Amino acid sequence: MGSALLVLGCPQVPVQTSIALYLINRLKKSGFVPVVAGNKAANTLLVIADPDRHYLGEVMDLDRAVAMISDKKRDFERCFVFIHNDAGISYAATMGAISRAKVFTLVYGEHYDDLVKQIDFPCTVIAAKAVHNPLPLKKALDEVSPWAA
Amino acid sequence: MGCVESMNYEILLRDQSFKECREYVRQHFKEYIDVQPGFKVFDVHLIGIPPIAIGLEGDFIVFPYTKPCHGTFLLRMEDTAEAARLRTFRKKT
Repeated sequence: MGSALLVLGCPQVPVQTSIALYLINRLKKSGFVPVVAGNKAANTLLVIADPDRHYLGEVMDLDRAVAMISDKKRDFERCFVFIHNDAGISYAATMGAISRAKVFTLVYGEHYDDLVKQIDFPCTVIAAKAVHNPLPLKKALDEVSPWAA
Repeated sequence: MGCVESMNYEILLRDQSFKECREYVRQHFKEYIDVQPGFKVFDVHLIGIPPIAIGLEGDFIVFPYTKPCHGTFLLRMEDTAEAARLRTFRKKT
């Protein structure tokens, strides 16, 4: 099926780590090779939660991922960008510009609807008001089923 | 990020959206270039919503620097060689 990049945002909103593990699981079951890119805190939350790497595969620094894609040294078939602040919008727009991947934006948090309005670049938006409870975002994700062919 | 964070820089804006930083560059610098995300300034591949505006003022370079947890900073740094390199991309003044 190919590879999928998960671009993590700041981990201050709890649902990110839960939804990332869920998405990784669904992608792997569909044959994708998921790769996670985040800052140190976001990556460490995942690595500690999955010590035997039942879900996680490759985990890399976000700046390194941006550099490799920008320099055309690596690319992915799908890219999932986690967004709960303005920086997340910037990262998603960047991925849309530098990568050939089909971009999905996962928008969540208290102000998710304001963030969705700022997305004016090509991508599939998956959005829900989810802060502590991941179920609304999981439901939105399942409806789109981005792991399907 | 390495190099940029260890160099001397001035923060012109913080706690602003990326678009506000772009407008600030366009309104406050007569000389600027528009580049695409991933464009390299110093050792940084720029993050942002295209186009990304980079201001030039003598040997000073003004550019957005985005981190996931802290949002976008507008940085001002001095570097003669980098300013000269960026001017080769200039389309408007």
